[in-house]
Amino acid sequence: MISIIIFAVLLLVGFGYFAMNVGKIRSNILMGRDVDRSDNKGERLKVMTLIALGQKKMFKRPVPAILHFCLYAAFVITQIELIEIIADGLSGEHRLFRPALGGFYTFMISFIEVLSVLAFIATFIFLARRNLIKVPRLNMKEMKGWPKLDGNLILVMELILITFIFMMNGADEVLYAKGASHAENLGDGSLGFAISQYVGPALFGGMSESTLMMIERIGWWGHIVMVFSFLNYLPFSKHFHIILAFPNTFYSNLKPKGQLTNMESVMKEVKMMMDPDADPYAAPAEPEGEIQRFGAKDVEDLTWKNLLDAYTCTECGRCTDNCPANQTGKLLSPRKIMMDTRDRLDEKGEAIRKHGKGHDDGKSLLNDYITEEELWACTSCNACVEACPVNIDPLSIIMDMRRYLVMEESKVPTELAGMISNIENNGAPWQFSPEDRINWRDEA
Amino acid sequence: MSNLMKVPTMAEMTANGEFPEILFWVGCSGSFDDRAKKITKAIVKILNKCEVKFAVLGAEESCTGDPAKRAGNEFLFQMQAMQNIAVLNGYEIKKIVTGCPHCFNTMKNEYPELGGNYDVVHHTQLIQSLIADGRLQVKDGDTFKGKRITFHDPCYLGRANNVYEAPREMLQKLDAELVEMKNCKAKGTCCGAGGAQMFKEAEKGDKEVNVKRTEEAMEVKPNIIATGCPFCNTMMTDGVKNKEQEGNIEVIDVAELIATAADL
Ligand code: SF4
Ligand code: SF4
Repeated sequence: MISIIIFAVLLLVGFGYFAMNVGKIRSNILMGRDVDRSDNKGERLKVMTLIALGQKKMFKRPVPAILHFCLYAAFVITQIELIEIIADGLSGEHRLFRPALGGFYTFMISFIEVLSVLAFIATFIFLARRNLIKVPRLNMKEMKGWPKLDGNLILVMELILITFIFMMNGADEVLYAKGASHAENLGDGSLGFAISQYVGPALFGGMSESTLMMIERIGWWGHIVMVFSFLNYLPFSKHFHIILAFPNTFYSNLKPKGQLTNMESVMKEVKMMMDPDADPYAAPAEPEGEIQRFGAKDVEDLTWKNLLDAYTCTECGRCTDNCPANQTGKLLSPRKIMMDTRDRLDEKGEAIRKHGKGHDDGKSLLNDYITEEELWACTSCNACVEACPVNIDPLSIIMDMRRYLVMEESKVPTELAGMISNIENNGAPWQFSPEDRINWRDEA
Repeated sequence: MSNLMKVPTMAEMTANGEFPEILFWVGCSGSFDDRAKKITKAIVKILNKCEVKFAVLGAEESCTGDPAKRAGNEFLFQMQAMQNIAVLNGYEIKKIVTGCPHCFNTMKNEYPELGGNYDVVHHTQLIQSLIADGRLQVKDGDTFKGKRITFHDPCYLGRANNVYEAPREMLQKLDAELVEMKNCKAKGTCCGAGGAQMFKEAEKGDKEVNVKRTEEAMEVKPNIIATGCPFCNTMMTDGVKNKEQEGNIEVIDVAELIATAADL
């Protein structure tokens, strides 16, 4: 009975704390400006299925793709086992579903075990890639400190979790063979789990019943505690992508990548300026709601999709690895753009929750996190967008920040100012007269 | 002026009571840059050879606004766009071919919301369809025999708009060997000019982007780097010079290659 109560409390605290942190992230994301992504549900579903569920873009690099798929599949399938663990924990039964499911039960657990072994191996290789082989994209400047620890921590948690699974199942196999398991005896002499029926006797074969019982319980409780630790770690980690990858790909930009938004606020003003019938002395139309600045200086000037992108980023660095500016030693790293956006959003969200809406902490995404030098190094080539396995768009953040610099602060690199005034004066980025535009026709 | 270099403007055509099949949007590079003007002429020759009835805007054409937009000046972009759209709609233009992927992207994707709805194609798409329809015969003599050609994907044609095959199908018509760089198509490396970089020095780094891209091209030992964008052409030409490969590698637009092969 006591264990049931402990379990129930664990369950409540585990889910409750998780829900609270997810709520915070949700409200942070909703600080962003609106953008309509409600169209084309069918197409969106397809993109989500291919990119998030099917991990299509991961397979551009087969080695990490296959390893990652093992982890991912093990993670998803293990959640099925979790249902039984919760049922057992709350009912005080042991392997509640086994009698009813019979052979299917054996199959499911065996399937989970095989995937867990693959995941175990994959995790080791991942740790080696990060720490021994030092794959360059996983060891760049912006990965120092917490991001590096975060990446390793989750892998170690994975190893511990899998160890607990095999303690639980392995010891139970030995107990079952002795007729001492709490699982209902179906008279078959073995639970028949693909891996544990061998690993169990090999590891725990000679042990006494009471030791076995203890190992089994440590495995069982350890497993569930790890699952809840993992769950509650997610909102503080890049690993939140295992959840956010789904909404993030669902709300992908479906337009051609080259298409940059036309700013509506500008559209109104330009239309008025170009309209010969407009009354030049008319009072400017009352702005609806809050006056927005042009472009983005801080996180709330970005769209909610940009902010969702930031929380979805897995810090994998595929974007930066493919960025021509980064490849040639410039300061710009699209991954850093996403990490900065997320870190600033966390900071700002916390400040607002503490001091109320409208609070100004004197900081901003521009300057305190992202410098002008980074923004001006971008060639808008879309390599980062193409490379991202979860359809994140760092380029649109870069462009919105350039817009702020130019339209609100008139901060333009000198040569670009020249280009801009040429277009204003003679309709070409260079100093040529419009009349000469067709001179080429008469040149031999 | 040879027959192949006939270039009527919209104003001239309208005065004669005529209407073109397609408008050729030349673009700023194609109009003013000496190297790009050659590409413009190659496109014109191909259009005339195929008896495509086309016109240009001449002095009535103005920058699409792409570099201003990507430099963060949305006001200037929209002013340019509205002005161009007024001209285009005034002539009731329906179909446009551009000599530049940036003009192509902007007019195709960003003009519609501002009231400019046209069927916009890039010159490689148009020329490819002329070949496919049998309107253009490419009988390559010996010009390109034994040559290795690699195609550098312009970001604004490839990744930005998913046009990868048209230029390659054209190149396959030549009696040359088409070789692909390691980073090609969706993975193609930028030449370094987009996003208004063409008009400024690069930020501090350890290499120029165009030099890096040229090195990638050199790995496949091409005789010709084929381009489809006047900016890429400039960048790759400079890259080849930087690597002192002018004697070995030429940088030529796909349109020019086809015009040469078709003996124009
Ligand atoms: S769009 Fe900008 S940030 Fe993204 S890869 Fe290209 S240069 Fe880098
Ligand atoms: S933006 Fe995408 S590609 Fe870049 S680090 Fe994040 S998840 Fe990886």
